[in-house]
Amino acid sequence: MTDHILEAHDLENHEALIPPSNWFERSETLQKLRKNKKFPTIWCAGCGLGVVMGALIRAIDHLGLKNDDVALVAGIGCTARMPVYMDFNTLHTTHGRALAFATGLKIARPGMKVIAIMGDGDALAIGGNHFIHAARRNIGITALVVNNSIYGMTGGQYSPTTPLGKVATTAPYGNVEPPFPICELAMAAGATYVARSTVYHALELDKFLTEAIAQDGFSVVEAVSYCHTTYGRLNRLGTAADMMRALKDNSIAKSAYDKLSPDEQHANTKIVRGVLHQNNTRMEYTRMYEQQILTRVQSV
Amino acid sequence: MTIRLMQGNEAIALGAIAAGCRFYAGYPITPSTEVAEVMARELPKYGGKFIQMEDEIASMAAIIGGRVGGLKSMTATSGPGFSLMQENIGYAAITEIPCVVVDVQRLGPSTGQPTAASQGDVMQARWGTHGDHPIIALAPISVRQAFDLTVKAFDFSERYRTPVILLTDEIIGHMREPVELPDFSTIKIYEHKVEEKPEEYKAFRNTEDGVPPLVPFGEGYRYHITGLLHDEVGFPTQRLDEIDPWLERVNGKLEKHIDEITLVEEDYQDGARVAVLSYGCSARTARHAVKVARAQGKKVNLLTLLTIWPFPEKQVEALGEKVDKIIVPEMNLGQLAYEVERVVGRKKVVRVTRANGEMVTPQMVLEKMED
Repeated sequence: MTDHILEAHDLENHEALIPPSNWFERSETLQKLRKNKKFPTIWCAGCGLGVVMGALIRAIDHLGLKNDDVALVAGIGCTARMPVYMDFNTLHTTHGRALAFATGLKIARPGMKVIAIMGDGDALAIGGNHFIHAARRNIGITALVVNNSIYGMTGGQYSPTTPLGKVATTAPYGNVEPPFPICELAMAAGATYVARSTVYHALELDKFLTEAIAQDGFSVVEAVSYCHTTYGRLNRLGTAADMMRALKDNSIAKSAYDKLSPDEQHANTKIVRGVLHQNNTRMEYTRMYEQQILTRVQSV
Repeated sequence: MTIRLMQGNEAIALGAIAAGCRFYAGYPITPSTEVAEVMARELPKYGGKFIQMEDEIASMAAIIGGRVGGLKSMTATSGPGFSLMQENIGYAAITEIPCVVVDVQRLGPSTGQPTAASQGDVMQARWGTHGDHPIIALAPISVRQAFDLTVKAFDFSERYRTPVILLTDEIIGHMREPVELPDFSTIKIYEHKVEEKPEEYKAFRNTEDGVPPLVPFGEGYRYHITGLLHDEVGFPTQRLDEIDPWLERVNGKLEKHIDEITLVEEDYQDGARVAVLSYGCSARTARHAVKVARAQGKKVNLLTLLTIWPFPEKQVEALGEKVDKIIVPEMNLGQLAYEVERVVGRKKVVRVTRANGEMVTPQMVLEKMED
């Protein structure tokens, strides 16, 4: 059974987190969805966001975290609607500011697992400043960035991750701005765990999210997804299934990428999936504040 | 406690700590920076936490996040930063998360004249964020009152689940006065009490007093908070039968407690036909002008508004019935005068305005008494 799942996800054994065979019945997964929330979600049929939500729930489940000990903080956009469907402490904030709200929450509740869920525009355009500063501080928040290369909710405007030349409603002649590499930006700014996968490779997302949430510091998982409704239609990329398949065909595991020659690496245009960076030597921000300030200052 | 010489900004920081503020997030901007400096130094002594955020938008977001996590929270800024905070002030209003925002007003618009004094943010404090929303703004006139009104600001923000603006100015913020502060342990702030079990808890339900109790995240009461219009449990809704009662409650809750929220000082004389109405630093000018006029044998009423928003309509209306003329000195081009005119009619209101960074002088007020 495991082999079958791995084959379907195009993953090696070490690349995936395999749920137990009875995970659906045994786990608290279902209890992590809100019973009193009316489904379905607001997402278009075929959207990759449901896969990301499933991966997030399985990751939290795998870590054995209590619902009370997890907070999901989101900004604005399709991705940012995710928390309302899950039974945690959920804070749906203003556009771009999820990490700033999450910073206050983490400082007030250092023991809480705080996960900021953002789209590419939310995290890197309007929220870009908060993204790099949260990384610089190494505050214990997991930033889950779902990258679909477009502003979906507003109808397909180009975002900071839209590739050069691609069409958007605000780039009708092709985008002339180069995209931000999300993971490289996070690494440069000081994040201590950085990984990337795609919504095709769901079990790999499970694994990376599990590691990211467990990381004692600022962690980033880029989940590459797609928007067939806007980006796909504007750029004639086919159906949701076609775009999902393209993520399989146009991505490469980091282990395979590392074996390429420098020239081949330079020529590579595929999405590199894997844990791109991990640093366990830097102290997490709230811990640093506790040790360097609170325990040193004479209390009144 | 001993008498100490201190600045308004220092008194604000100490007032916040006395009121139980345990989280401060801010971004440096003159003339408010001393609030941050005192908080950075003093908060850790009380087990509180300070962070300097990357901008004012983040600061405002962080204090809301801090209060969601259970810490009473504050930020301080001045004009340009106050403008940046507006979107998230609206978020705090619609989500009913208590927080205190100190605006030490400086001369604007834009970078303006750093950092000459001003009272130019009166209307911004009321209407700076988009959409109809409740808000409270308090304006101290002395250093000791800066302390007291900061304590009040925390009490109001908790009691009514609303952001409270401490609308002070460069003059009060930087002025030094000798003050004797009360023992912090004597200061009591409203605390939310929740009787429901977690599964029955509705963070936004309709209550008799219009203010449902708030439970922080992490205490077993899992729920959803959103800046979208929402129902009693916090889920987004577009149903008018859910939105209408919610809108009525949120926008009506302050009116239910208007007598407790309205803080004014009335110094009236029998038979006076003229009055001076002011607030903040200009109230000091008003007070001096009235003192001089009375020494000359004139009868003058003096109304000082400590609560600016909601506007003290009842008190201003009553004053309007007593006198023929209300002089309103302020360090802007007549922002609060609009409200006085709305309540008592334009004919009775005499504006004394100055928006060049210099205070309105008592002489300017006295001249209007002669007219």
